[in-house]
Amino acid sequence: MDQMDHMDQATPVSSKRRQLLKAGGVAGGGLLFGFSLFGCARQGETPSGDRKEPPPEKAVGQASTAMTNEKPGLAHDAFIRIDRAGIVTLIIHKVEMGQGTFTSLPMLLAEELGADLSKVKLEQAPANNSLYADALLGGQVTGGSTSIRATYKPLREAGAKVRTVLVQAAAKNWNVDPGELKVVGGTIRHEGSNRSVHFGEVVDAASKLSFPAEVKLKDPSTFTLVGKPVKRLDSPAKVDGSAQFGIDVRLPNMGIAAVAASPVLGGKVTAVDEQKALAVKGVRQVLRIEGAVAVVADHFWAAKQGLAAAAPRFDDGANANVSLAGIVADMMKVSQQAGAVAKNEGDALKALDAGPGRRIDVVYEVPFLAHATMEPINCTVDLKPDGCDIWVGTQVPALAQGAAAKLTGLPLEKVRVHNHYIGGGFGRRLEVDNVIQAVEFARLAKGPLKIIWTREEDIQHDMYRPYYVDRMSARIDDKGMPVAWFHRVTGSSIMARFAPPMVKNGVDPDAVEGAADLQYSIPAVRVEYVRHEPGALATAFWRGVGPTHNVFVVESFIDELAYASKTDPVAFRRSLLQKSPRTLAVLNLAAEKAGWGKAMKPVAGRKLGRGVSTQFAFGSYMAQVAEVSVGADGDVRVHRVVCAVDCGQNVNPDTIVAQMEGGIVFGASAALWDQITVEKGRVQQSNFSDYRVMRMPESPVVEVYIVNSHDEPGGIGEPGTAGIAPALANAVFAATGKRIRKLPIGEQIKKA
Amino acid sequence: MPALNVNGTTTNLDVPDDMPLLWALRDVLGLTGTKFGCGAALCGACTVHLDGQAIRSCVTPVSAAAGKKITTIEAISNDPVGAKVQDAWRRIDVVQCGYCQSGQIMSATALLHATPKPGDADIDNAMAGNICRCGTYNRIRKAIKIASGQA
Repeated sequence: MDQMDHMDQATPVSSKRRQLLKAGGVAGGGLLFGFSLFGCARQGETPSGDRKEPPPEKAVGQASTAMTNEKPGLAHDAFIRIDRAGIVTLIIHKVEMGQGTFTSLPMLLAEELGADLSKVKLEQAPANNSLYADALLGGQVTGGSTSIRATYKPLREAGAKVRTVLVQAAAKNWNVDPGELKVVGGTIRHEGSNRSVHFGEVVDAASKLSFPAEVKLKDPSTFTLVGKPVKRLDSPAKVDGSAQFGIDVRLPNMGIAAVAASPVLGGKVTAVDEQKALAVKGVRQVLRIEGAVAVVADHFWAAKQGLAAAAPRFDDGANANVSLAGIVADMMKVSQQAGAVAKNEGDALKALDAGPGRRIDVVYEVPFLAHATMEPINCTVDLKPDGCDIWVGTQVPALAQGAAAKLTGLPLEKVRVHNHYIGGGFGRRLEVDNVIQAVEFARLAKGPLKIIWTREEDIQHDMYRPYYVDRMSARIDDKGMPVAWFHRVTGSSIMARFAPPMVKNGVDPDAVEGAADLQYSIPAVRVEYVRHEPGALATAFWRGVGPTHNVFVVESFIDELAYASKTDPVAFRRSLLQKSPRTLAVLNLAAEKAGWGKAMKPVAGRKLGRGVSTQFAFGSYMAQVAEVSVGADGDVRVHRVVCAVDCGQNVNPDTIVAQMEGGIVFGASAALWDQITVEKGRVQQSNFSDYRVMRMPESPVVEVYIVNSHDEPGGIGEPGTAGIAPALANAVFAATGKRIRKLPIGEQIKKA
Repeated sequence: MPALNVNGTTTNLDVPDDMPLLWALRDVLGLTGTKFGCGAALCGACTVHLDGQAIRSCVTPVSAAAGKKITTIEAISNDPVGAKVQDAWRRIDVVQCGYCQSGQIMSATALLHATPKPGDADIDNAMAGNICRCGTYNRIRKAIKIASGQA
């Protein structure tokens, strides 16, 4: 089963798809089923139970909608096609960036359809916000750990409806009751007469029938695929090198460009040595836009050499003298002002000031972070007077389409986005700065153009996870229990850039996610938000979004309170989680499996410690226990992480395990080592030498325990990342007595 | 004009001698399974074999590769050890985004040629130069043990 069996990403499916729709049938025979995939929560509806809606990337969905002027496809169709050979094709509206949706989504369909999963093909949906929007996000977006949450019910319903008409067609043909037929592995069988047909043999008859308005879905206890570990469908192509990422696109006569944008945000190109660049063998063109230069060549090496020869100069502009120290000093100042109120229960301000026990006031800080996806930023554009083709790996195809249409003046349908496997998203590819830049250069280029950013360009022109300053205060009564909790978040508002209406009464819901919805029962809680924009750095979503910052702060501070009340950190949390049974259950599970309270195996010359964190985010409950050792020179090693997760109904359990393993390693790199710093308006980091990513010898053993449940599914792409930083910082405290209130841990522990 | 023997086929390339092998493979020969990650031998995404040794093609000039046997991910299944490594990768679903995995598989295959039954320290040493941003290290370790008949 190679990649081409499963997906033909090189084909511009958008125009083809439209023709199919008009024709109503399928060239070569077969049946096209148009389906609403958006039967669950609609925009603005409150979801059932205690699941909260995601959120941050909801802004991206809205941005997509605003950019394309296309309503999100809440009531429109995604498509399922069955050909006469019985091959089922799912037009998949999500992108695969490692999180496993190209396996889990077809599993949901196949479960109810009764299809053989190995005969389900995938076709990447074209950019079309009115056909392929995510119901939770309100736009054509892959993000916010929503893919399963938004499709769990609708994809199964779609499968059940198609199965129903296929069965009816077969029953009619055999003149038997549809209830007597069984569907297994793409075959419809009548036991009584020992007859069977495969889907392909009845599609033509089925296409003349209408779908039932309602279908009864399987009881989850009878699932045969969902909840069982299934092999990833994208694995073979990613093991033999055939998987096509955006950077792998090759077109006839395509030029390949190296790019240098102004090292300072907002700077402008002032001079370029064009002739010197053109003198480099293989260089075709030097392109200049306001803030960047591209040198186009036959291959990237010549382009890079040509760019060095071109030696572009820039006017740094208004941000020329910005430094990180200046940004942080400014943040510290504004963080002393009262903020917009995100949550206010009881009278926390009063309770902090008076009463028995003692008050604790501390400040936490987390740094700017780069995404550092393994696949550097790239984009390929073929711009012609009557149309524009874009080849890229993107989490937001419709936003890319809209941005290109706006720049070129072409109508939306003349901009075709060919989406690809993404070599690491993590929120970076929710942005279309690369698409905009590529289209701007393409307007000047002779022929199709691929731009590739070097690693240095990628790190220094990222859109960064914001820096945050968090002022925390609490009062512990004389029994050692917290009676008041105050949390003021100060930092950039990503929402205000993406979707200003999402910011209500001055509160950015992303910036306070994981803070405003505190899981611990404390009588008086106040959470505030102060917006502060760094100016010289663009900010953006980063894996785990709001919770990755807030879970660190909340879980570190709750740990401080536990120690202040001389209570074991797990016992302290338990006493505050009595109203959050599912959080409590994962805490207990993680503590038990980790051997909380038992001695760790000694490591010669190193101090040992265990730390814990809990969270409820992205609709999933999680607890992590990390075991670390700290050497005499302050180096921190992570030996083992135990993670307990309750994400409701499992779809592909092995993917859940993989997302926890990977999310934890991703978060650990940042927690231990990473920060983006700025001097003279320039990002100081440049490559993996100074922006450190965890490597094999440093990576911990990760043990994952999944709570079995048939509750609504929660998201799994991001929680692992959010929970690890506090578990590590708390473990470092247990080992050394040093409380880490500023990330990265490594720098702080060495300063101690 | 260096002549490169890639996956058993020799081709004369009209490229400068100092051009890194990576770009000759990707942009001239169209073998895009080998990936660009850092351009400075820091991440291992561009790993290929030169006479069976794992090397970083992003810093290896074509002049240094000329006259040697270059093997890329596209042909590693012809190597029985490489095929075993790929099988193990598929068996336990190592990959996530997949971008670094060509390099990981090339490094693991070279390791198993040199050390057929590697211990954890051998695996750490051989694989430390290959970054996986998705954090698939637990599974890479396990897959190497499976491929070497130790698990």
